[in-house]
Formats: sequence, structure tokens, C-alpha cells
Amino acid sequence: MTKLLSIRLVAILVGLGFAFIALYSFVLGAYAAMTEEPAGHLPYEEPRDIAFSFDGPFGKWDIQQLQRGFKVYDEVCAACHSLKYVAFRDLEQIGYDEGQVKAFAASKQVPGIDPNTGEATTRPGLPTDYFPSPYPNNVAAAAANNNAIPPDLSLMTKARGDGTNYVASLLAGYAEPTAELLEHHPEAAPGPGLYHNPYFPNLNLAMAPPLTTAGQVTYDDGTEATVEQMSEDVAAFLTWTAEPRLVERKQTGWPVLIFLLFATVLAYLSKKQIWAAVKPKKH
Amino acid sequence: MSFPWAKEYTPSNPVMQFLDEKLPLPRLVYNAVGAGYPVPRNLSYFWNFGVLAGFFLVVQIVTGVVLAMHYAANAQVAFATTEHIMRDVNWGWLMRYAHANGASFFFIVVYLHIFRGLFYSSYKAPREMIWLLGVVIFLLMMATAFMGYVLPWGQMSFWGAKVITGLFGAIPLVGEPIQIWLLGGFAPDNAALNRFFSLHFLLPFVIAGVVILHIWALHIPGSSNPTGVEVKQESDTLPFHPYYTAKDGFGLGIALILFFSMVFFLPNALGHPDNYIEANPLSTPAHIVPEWYFWPFYAILRAFTVDFLFFPAKLLGVIAMFGSILVWFFLPWLDKSPVRSGHYRPLFRKFFWFGLIPAMVILFICGGAPAEEPYVMLSQLATAYYFLHFLVILPIVSQIEKPAPLPYSITEAVLGSDKKAVLGENATPAV
Repeated sequence: MTKLLSIRLVAILVGLGFAFIALYSFVLGAYAAMTEEPAGHLPYEEPRDIAFSFDGPFGKWDIQQLQRGFKVYDEVCAACHSLKYVAFRDLEQIGYDEGQVKAFAASKQVPGIDPNTGEATTRPGLPTDYFPSPYPNNVAAAAANNNAIPPDLSLMTKARGDGTNYVASLLAGYAEPTAELLEHHPEAAPGPGLYHNPYFPNLNLAMAPPLTTAGQVTYDDGTEATVEQMSEDVAAFLTWTAEPRLVERKQTGWPVLIFLLFATVLAYLSKKQIWAAVKPKKH
Repeated sequence: MSFPWAKEYTPSNPVMQFLDEKLPLPRLVYNAVGAGYPVPRNLSYFWNFGVLAGFFLVVQIVTGVVLAMHYAANAQVAFATTEHIMRDVNWGWLMRYAHANGASFFFIVVYLHIFRGLFYSSYKAPREMIWLLGVVIFLLMMATAFMGYVLPWGQMSFWGAKVITGLFGAIPLVGEPIQIWLLGGFAPDNAALNRFFSLHFLLPFVIAGVVILHIWALHIPGSSNPTGVEVKQESDTLPFHPYYTAKDGFGLGIALILFFSMVFFLPNALGHPDNYIEANPLSTPAHIVPEWYFWPFYAILRAFTVDFLFFPAKLLGVIAMFGSILVWFFLPWLDKSPVRSGHYRPLFRKFFWFGLIPAMVILFICGGAPAEEPYVMLSQLATAYYFLHFLVILPIVSQIEKPAPLPYSITEAVLGSDKKAVLGENATPAV
């Protein structure tokens, strides 16, 4: 008994100790919060809510849109951004046939080895090759871009919150900072080599506006290539590169859930029947 | 190790008779989860979560073994092999999303299992050992989940590993050498990734071993129940099979529907976008946050913001974070109320619903939020309450509380005192 009492006595003392120190931190923190100016956040905007064909549980790819977005990537983004987890052969998933994929791969130079001398060289790509990087290494990428390395785009829409909307909003969202913003946050004025964009959490980024004029990319399907259209198309394409299995995943989900729903109803009914004999009778 | 009225295994099939004579495995199953295990007849759906936790452990081991066939634990290629699994391995995306969300569901069901244990005082005599083994399982789960999160080698993997191993750096004098020894270097790199992979593969089997001990210890006193009144007579119990196999089957169906809804339709909702950026030691993420299931403990760690006497704030946070789980080991001896169930403990119940649960919710929210006001101050108040609840309030309340009158037996609680009316035709349960 005395032993147990002492365990609880020690516990009470330890508990009071922890609580006292936590509250001591609280009091000092509360005092600091009252006396110091809180550090303000730069007010950036949440991505616009754009309707994409692959949204929602029944979403499907819009193949035309993926092909348009692929063209925007190839003609604009690929100048600086790699796409290293995507292979040329993957393009067959977005509606290109084998011949088109072979021709596109062959139009790109990928790193290779000269079979006679063993020297590093380049060769035309094969469908099994991955999209080549525009720079030989990160040092070259940084040197060519004012020390900011253009990130790989393969996973970009999964690597940002609300990624597809974010990419589309950002690309079409370049604008001069408003006078109201500069009045409250003079530090939000873009520095040298930086460009203002309200969707970027720091408000200023090193990427110059890549999509500036309507018709910058000529779409094969006749869609009008406005800046918004190109931004949404390339965001859709990058959603596919980030998760090529997205639609397959959703379409696999339905039969699984319907089966489970059916099985669970059966499980419930059999549980009910088994328990019926031992449930108390309602009076 | 069971009640005297437990049914004995009597195989009629000659093959089963042969097996029972040479290696009585069917008998073991029959007595563990079959008709030979009498269980209180009044268990609510809160008693489903032990079976569900076992199920998700199996999900994790099966998906994990498949993933390990395609993954390479090397800092140069770990991120790329994860993407290889997502893109090129047949059904690889399903295996990886099931494994990532399986970890979350394992923690969800274990937290509900622990919640059940705390509200119904399942830790009390004669079930102390079950509880202690359960806390050991929980600690092993935390270690396993943490190391598993490092393996994809994304930004949160790397910086999470750096922060968590950095906790050991807070130990006075020997902290820094211990941290370097744990990581195999000055920062997380190949050496750390390899040993984390090795341990992440090993620990689930250690967990499975402790789970066997946990269930073994459970079968000595038998399951607790919502009244907290111990089994007195045969009419208090029902055989596990078919009654609880059926009930667990239904619970499993619900759990699977929720689990696969996440896997197929919101597979990244519980993850962090930054982990789709490859680890980069030169670029620190704006907010380093662990997986959601660590948030309450992460909030306790960060609640200690000022040095106290000769204790640096970081060391206090580390002691408090580990201490917040270690206090669970002492619960059987801190809560001395003879009544188990929270239903019959009016004062305990008030502190539980209006103290502990809000404090845990606040800690959960603050742990996932950036380290700024008001989250820091809220987490300090909740941390103070957390320790007061287990170490001060529980011992005192269990001493002074006047419990509500208990039913005489489980039978009476379920069927009312009019035993003749209710037990007449159902005195012996149908099997």
C-alpha cells in the first residue's frame, strides 16, 4: 500500500513539474506575443478553382487537352525544365501511335556514347529513352538562369498543394503588384531578375512569364491558344506526367467499392441473423 | 486459460484428428478465435479495433514485401525507384498507395483501440500486461512508420529524418555523438537510408511477435467489456465464433470501404506535397511537419520553447515527448478506482470528455500547424493539461470519486433484472 501510494505521489510531483514548465513557457510566450509585433505573412492568393476533365471520382483524361499541353511543354517549358521521369514511350498513353512516338523521340538528342571511340556524344532518341534534360547538370542550369535552377516538372502538380490549379493559376497569373499591396508590404516589390505573381507564396519568382501572347503555340486541333488556355492545357499535361495512372486508379476504384458495399451488406445481414437468437426481447 | 464452460475442440474429420494429435494448430485457432473462446456478450463496436489493427498490420506486411521487391535503398536512386513503382511496375501504384494509406489506417484503428482502453480502463488488473505490451506495440509502430516515411527520399523524408534524429542530439554531453552514430554520418544520407530500410523491414515482424504476446496475455483473463463487470457465469458470454467473427466481419467491411475510398480517390490527401520533391540537403522546406499521426506528440515536443534552470528547451521538449507515451506504462498503477468502465465513473468521465479529448484535439491541430501563435500557446496549455490529466487528476479522481452503482452481472446489464423473462428460451446461446 505504501509502495503504491509512493508511485502515485511521485507521479503527481512529476505531472506538476511538466505542467509547471509547459505553463512557464506559455506565460513567457504570451508576454512576448503581447509586447512584440507579430511577423506578418505576405498575402498570396489561393489557386483558382478550374474545372478539369479528370477531376472527381468519375474523371477521365481529355486526350485533346493532354496533346495540346504536351505541345506547350515541348515548345515552351522544355527550353528550361526537364521531365526526367517520363519516357517517350509513355506518349502512347496520350493518343500518339508508335510511329509518331518514334519520330518525336528521334527528333530529340539524348546523351550517348560514340561506339568507336567511347567518347561522350549525343544520338537521336529512341522510344525507350526518357525526356532529355535541357542542361547537362545543375551547375549549368543555375548558371543559365540567374542561379535559380528550373525544377523538374514530372511531379510538379503533386509537389504543390492543389497542384493542377496552382500550375494553371500561376502561369496565367503574372501581374504587376497592386499599389495597395506595395503600400502594406513594400518588401513585396520584385527585386532584380524577379517577377511578381500573386499565386507564388513569396509573391516574386525567378521564372519570367513563359506564356505571354495568345497564339504563342499553334494548336493542331484549332483550339484558340489564349494564355489561359495554354496554362490550363499544360497543367493538365503535367497532371498526367505526375500520375499517368490517375484515371486507371479511379476506374479501378468503383468495382472494388461496389463489391465491398455488397459484401458489407451481406456481412451485416449475417451478423444480424446470427445475433437475433441472443438479443434481448423487446418488452 | 479460459472459462470452465469453454467448448472443447472435438474434430470429427479424421484428417483434423490426425493433425490435432500431432500438431494441435486447429485447436489453437479454435480456442483463440473460434467457438472455444467465450467472450462477454455485451461488447460494443469499440471492441472491433483490435482485430482491425491486426488486419492492417497484415496489409502493411504484404504490400511492404511487394514494394521492397522493386525499391532500392540508395540515396541516388531511392526517389526514382519509388516513381518506377508508381509508373512502370504492374499495380505498383496500388501497392504504394495501399501501403501509405495503410499506415494511416493502422494508426487510426490503433488510436481508437487505445481510446477504448483509456475510457473503459482496460489497463486495470487483471489486464495490466495486455496494456503494457500494447504500449510497446505502439512505440514500435511509431519507429517503423517514421523510418518508412524516410524511404521515398523526398524532402519531408530527409528533413523529418534530420529533425527526429536531431532529438537525440539534445541529450547532454553524448547527444551529438549518438546522433552521428544513429545516422552513420553528419546528416541523413546513404548510411541512414540503408539502415532505416533494414529496420523498417525488420520491425513489422517484431510487432507481429509482440502482437502474439498481446493476444496471448488477453486470453488469460479474457476480454474486458463496456460495463467493466467481470464475467461471472456462462450466460455472460457468447462463443467468439460465430458471434464475434460475424460482428468483426461487418466492422472489417466498413473499414475496407473507408480504406479503399482513400486509396482510389484521395490517395495523397494524408501525405505532404513536399514529399514529391526529391530530398535536397541544401533546401529546407518552409514548414517541416511529420505525418498526421505524429502531430500530437510533435506539438508536445515544440511546446517547450524556453530554457528552464539548466535544462535547454529542446531537451525539455524531447523528455516531454517521450514522457507523454511513457506515462501510459504507469496507468494501471495510477488509476486505482475499482470501477473500470467510464460509464459508471461520473467525475472521471467529465475530465475525460472535457479535458483529455479537447487537449488531444488541440495538440493534433497544433502539431500540424506552423510553429507560430496562437498554435504554440495553445499547445503549451494542452501539454500542461495532458500531463496533469494522467499524472495528477487520474490518481486523485480515482481516490475521491464516488462511482455509480454497477449492474450485478453482464447478463443483468444486457437483459435486465427480469432473468426469467429474458433467459427462458435463450439461456444457452445457439452455435
